[in-house]
Amino acid sequence: MLVKLLNTLVMIAVALSITGVINRTRALCAGRKGIRFFQHIYNVHLQLRKGSVYSTTTTALFRIAPTVYLGATLLAFLFIPVANLEPMLSFHGDIIFVAYLLALSRVAIILAAMDTGSSFEGMGAAREALYGALVEPALMMGMATLALFCGYSSFADIFSMAQEMSVNITVVMLLVAYVFGVIMVIESGRVPVDDPKTHLELTMIHEVMCLDYSGVDMALIHIATWLKNAIFAVIAANAVAVIFSFNWWFAAPLAVLATGITIGVVESFRARNKLSRNTTFILTIVAMSALVLLTGFLLIQNIEI
Amino acid sequence: MKLYYITNNTSSAVAISDIPVVEYVDLYNDLKERMKDVRYHVGHYFATEIENGLKFYLILLDDMSGEVYITSFVPDYYTQGLASLTAVHQQFHPFEREIHELYGVPFDNHPWLKPLRFPFDRRNRESTMDSYPFYTIEGEELHEVNVGPIHAGIIEPGAFRFICDGEQVLHLEIALGYQHRGVESEMVRNQNRLRQTLIAESVAGDTAVGHATAYAELLEKLTTVDIGDDLRLERLVAIELERIAMHLADTGALGTDIAFQLYQVVCEALRTVTINTSQAWCGNRFGKSLIRPFGSNHPLTEEKVALIRKNIADVRRRYNELRTDILESHTLLARFEQCGLVPKEEMERIGGVGQAARASGVVRDIRTTHPSGYYAVGISHMPVIKGDGDVMSRLATRLDEVLQSADYIEKVLSTYKPSGNIPAPNYEPALQGEALSFSLIEGWRGEICHVALTDKEGNIAKYKIKDPSVHNWLGLAIAVRSEGISDFPINNKSFNLSYCGHDL
Repeated sequence: MLVKLLNTLVMIAVALSITGVINRTRALCAGRKGIRFFQHIYNVHLQLRKGSVYSTTTTALFRIAPTVYLGATLLAFLFIPVANLEPMLSFHGDIIFVAYLLALSRVAIILAAMDTGSSFEGMGAAREALYGALVEPALMMGMATLALFCGYSSFADIFSMAQEMSVNITVVMLLVAYVFGVIMVIESGRVPVDDPKTHLELTMIHEVMCLDYSGVDMALIHIATWLKNAIFAVIAANAVAVIFSFNWWFAAPLAVLATGITIGVVESFRARNKLSRNTTFILTIVAMSALVLLTGFLLIQNIEI
Repeated sequence: MKLYYITNNTSSAVAISDIPVVEYVDLYNDLKERMKDVRYHVGHYFATEIENGLKFYLILLDDMSGEVYITSFVPDYYTQGLASLTAVHQQFHPFEREIHELYGVPFDNHPWLKPLRFPFDRRNRESTMDSYPFYTIEGEELHEVNVGPIHAGIIEPGAFRFICDGEQVLHLEIALGYQHRGVESEMVRNQNRLRQTLIAESVAGDTAVGHATAYAELLEKLTTVDIGDDLRLERLVAIELERIAMHLADTGALGTDIAFQLYQVVCEALRTVTINTSQAWCGNRFGKSLIRPFGSNHPLTEEKVALIRKNIADVRRRYNELRTDILESHTLLARFEQCGLVPKEEMERIGGVGQAARASGVVRDIRTTHPSGYYAVGISHMPVIKGDGDVMSRLATRLDEVLQSADYIEKVLSTYKPSGNIPAPNYEPALQGEALSFSLIEGWRGEICHVALTDKEGNIAKYKIKDPSVHNWLGLAIAVRSEGISDFPINNKSFNLSYCGHDL
């Protein structure tokens, strides 16, 4: 039980720190001092103390959506182990469950965006639905690769077994980590796919769907985004930890620093994709994950022959 | 019969009695042929009330010879109507729309006599911006996106109505006028020259120096005073400083819009140095109070010359490094190249001016074609011309013009010895009566044209202002056609047109 508790606490720490590292990296790259490391938490704290304003055109769907969004993400969050720790929840086939919890959260926010009747949010919802559908094969194949190695289909078993594999899986695991890293960028709406800092509604994807939210609802959405970041960052870090050192004290800082610094640097030194190029970008990751799955499959075949 | 009075941008004001009053039919037939040649474009075209009717004035610019053609006519439009010039040469569209809006003059065959800016003194009080019928296209697959008029950020109001097929823009209609303050009538109501200067400075907040210089030159042409080359030189430094500051701001803003943090922060830093230089010179970062008619309150001193030279040399060096980086950055080029194309023919058709026109390969630069002030005596300006007409070209003209402007400042200041002979401003000059005076200035955005008519006592009886935005807004609407709607912001930023300069 203590191990499970520790796992959850470490996951929360990761979730809270990634945004801080991104902001700090961006500030350093821009030659600025930057905001406080935990400024994003103070902001959300402030929002939690505020009320919400609702547009008169919206229905109950709009009010429920942030709760569903956060609830589904939080549930998925509890299935993820940090390296050698045990997750709070686990059962056979939970990798599929997690994938569709994330899909559920996406559907909730898309429906809420459509509910406002705003042309901006409609466009954002259309974009989110398209990219969500495109990125799903990458997510499933990435998870399938992990499952393939150990024959298990829950995150807890996969990572506890993966380290005992005799076959050299370094390349496969690094590629899996890369795939999950990019999925995180896509899911959390960072450069080059989306730009969380922009004020231009016409170019937004994730942000524009949340335009009508305020106060508590906005805070819930922010928190869910942090949790989502942590889910993908930790899966990626676990894959790397399998190769080097399968300990939570290695995987957790790796999850925070690798994703945080990478995103911070990317956002400082490159431009965002043209929106129509995002599909190509995402499909490249899908192709990459298919390649990883195939490589993994061949490796396994070799051993059995 | 003589159709035009021919003058140029450095001559003094024209007596109204010297301007031929022609038959509209003759003028129409002449313009129909003449305007086919791209060397001509409209400087200004407006109507003014006279006893029992309207008198129309047309100012035509010849970019090849530097001549300015002025003519007028008093048509009987109530009974006959006027054949629309827009129907044959579309660059007349804002002017005919304005005349129609203010005086109800019917223009036959005008493609779309929609209001220009809904001023308070419009003819048709029923026509309001709240009830304006936007252009629509019927279609199951199409959807409309309305942006504005309240801007989500901090800039000015304007309504943009997109008709889209999915992500692709089919049509964009821009409705302006929300920022109308009655600048032109205020310039007439208020005969205090200092107040008029302040109003001129406020026509467009980002072109304070440009519009103030246009006003000052216009006033000076109505007298016989020679302001001297020292003052002309200082005005050139001021206007080039403004150009550098604004081009830097736009380079940075384009970086912001594509989430390219590096360019954004570098440009912000450089712009601060530039506008702080203006502040050190005159006390205002945007150059307000710097330009005054017949003199200056802030003549340059040895120290200020040294400071400007040092700062601008620094900005030029650092900007040049950034410029090299921009031209080599593939993620940036992927966004800007082949995006928002306005071909040369389109730009000529709509009468585009200034930096945006030059990005499409149209040679329109008042500093070259109709030089006045120090450009006519001390600088031989070669305009920066790019050919592609995309967002990258509009950025590239900025990149080059900043360096060019910095070089001009260095060139004129390196040999300049402040003499202390620059007089204080004169706000009570005796102006030539019954005359038409105009001034043309190449502001950072493009051609600024001010026109004034004086009455018998030498008071300003009519004042017309034309910001380059009046021509170029249509260019933006053309640029985004068939582009993704998510690329509208970078197109908008690449033009960076003025709302208040248009709305007056």
